[in-house]
Amino acid sequence: MGMHNQLEVIPEIKEILCAMLFATKEPLSVRQMVNVFKRTAETYEGVAASFIEMTVADVEKALEELKSDLAEHRIGLEVVEIAGGYRLRNVTSAGPWLRELLEKGKSAKLSKPALETLSIIAYRQPLQRSQIESIRGVAADSIVRNLLEMGLVKVVGRSDLPGKPWLYGTTQAFLEHFGLKSLDELPGMAEMRRNLEQRELELKAREGSLEEEDSEKAEGDGSDGQDESSAGEAEENDPHES
Amino acid sequence: MTEENEDYNVKLEVFEGPLDLLLFLIKKEEVDIYDIPIVRICDQYNEHLNVMRMLDLNIAGEFMVMSATLMLIKSRMLLPVEERPELEDDEEDPRLDLVRQLVEYKKFKDAANTLEEMEESQHNVFFPEGDHVAIGKDSGLALRDVSIFDLLSSFSEILKRAQDEELTEIFSEKYTVADKVDYLLNEIVRKGKKKSLHALFKDMRSRSEMVCTFLAILELIRMRQVRAAQEPGEFTDIVLLKSEEAEEELLEEKPMEEILGGYGDA
Repeated sequence: MGMHNQLEVIPEIKEILCAMLFATKEPLSVRQMVNVFKRTAETYEGVAASFIEMTVADVEKALEELKSDLAEHRIGLEVVEIAGGYRLRNVTSAGPWLRELLEKGKSAKLSKPALETLSIIAYRQPLQRSQIESIRGVAADSIVRNLLEMGLVKVVGRSDLPGKPWLYGTTQAFLEHFGLKSLDELPGMAEMRRNLEQRELELKAREGSLEEEDSEKAEGDGSDGQDESSAGEAEENDPHES
Repeated sequence: MTEENEDYNVKLEVFEGPLDLLLFLIKKEEVDIYDIPIVRICDQYNEHLNVMRMLDLNIAGEFMVMSATLMLIKSRMLLPVEERPELEDDEEDPRLDLVRQLVEYKKFKDAANTLEEMEESQHNVFFPEGDHVAIGKDSGLALRDVSIFDLLSSFSEILKRAQDEELTEIFSEKYTVADKVDYLLNEIVRKGKKKSLHALFKDMRSRSEMVCTFLAILELIRMRQVRAAQEPGEFTDIVLLKSEEAEEELLEEKPMEEILGGYGDA
């Protein structure tokens, strides 16, 4: 390290960020950007070295500036958040010309059954194939296999149930394919989750009242009923605890 | 029944299930999902099932199970309430379990529609170096504009109408799916003609010809050469036209044999 590592021109942070996004093919997370500033700071002196202090908040602020600069100057590009990172892309209104330039017609679209299976996996993950099948009411093996091959779905684990069936979930590529920031951005995701929780609460409440009924009965019937109710409770609790 | 398409070895796989068919019928018949007229829907269901069997499509066994379930519900509904066999939740509407299942599935179908819109908007998005979101081809009958049941429903009506006029089987004429594939490929893909389903079948008098033609349509849709379109949300006549993929392949001047993947030899 010496004077020759002193950079003559120091671009603004937002300029550096825009250049980074221009040069990467994957969504770039804020954390990664901060790390690049820190690693570069080790090799240079002066202002570049001062970037060692760079924080997530600094980068986020500069990204916002960059976004509004791009919008203000209307240069056909924008920065968007996709799959947990940022990407530079064209404004969608310019799409038709790009499709012509790059000779890309409309890319292959997913079929309805594939989209339905995907939405079940997206909203209910992690889940096993039999759960998909019980919602769609039909075998799902070849559709799930296709989705796995396309990289939109992956195995995320194994269930504790007998036979240890695979559990499926969506991938990063899934978010990218649909231009989603995160799963929470799926419409109605919050509502869907709330409904699920609600249903579980209702189930618990119903079990509670059943228990009460059972114990009332048990009081009249003797000890037999009580055994039954406790066995029933254990069974009922099992599926939604796992 | 299968002798008509004996030249046709590959069974077309249908990825939709009985719930898809039921939701389709509920929409088509404009009935309330919470108060399904079971007799009407059951009849319609079996009619569609029969067409699928006649075409020898590779359909899930679940279709038969659902048929039996519908019959059972129908018979229970016909009994006066007090004579219905004791159920687990007695006094319960025999349709309730099915309705629950349909409503639950419908939610995901709606979510799938939203995903479809999102996917559509990604067509205009490019990243550095022209990077574009694209995935491998989805196999199976890639129907987006119309469902397999829209097609089956139209075909079933066409058959019904034709039967009234009495079909004549001309034994000297032998129809094959392969011939019909060639014919449609020439008309729709090469010449770029639009064909309405009714117009296409209008002058056919042989049931075997109709079946072969319909299977050829499904095959061409599966090969992404032909696209079926219908006014959105309407149960009107279906129009067959050249797919965007076929357009591109024609531009690339791919030989037809390559597109067909040796199908023409069959």
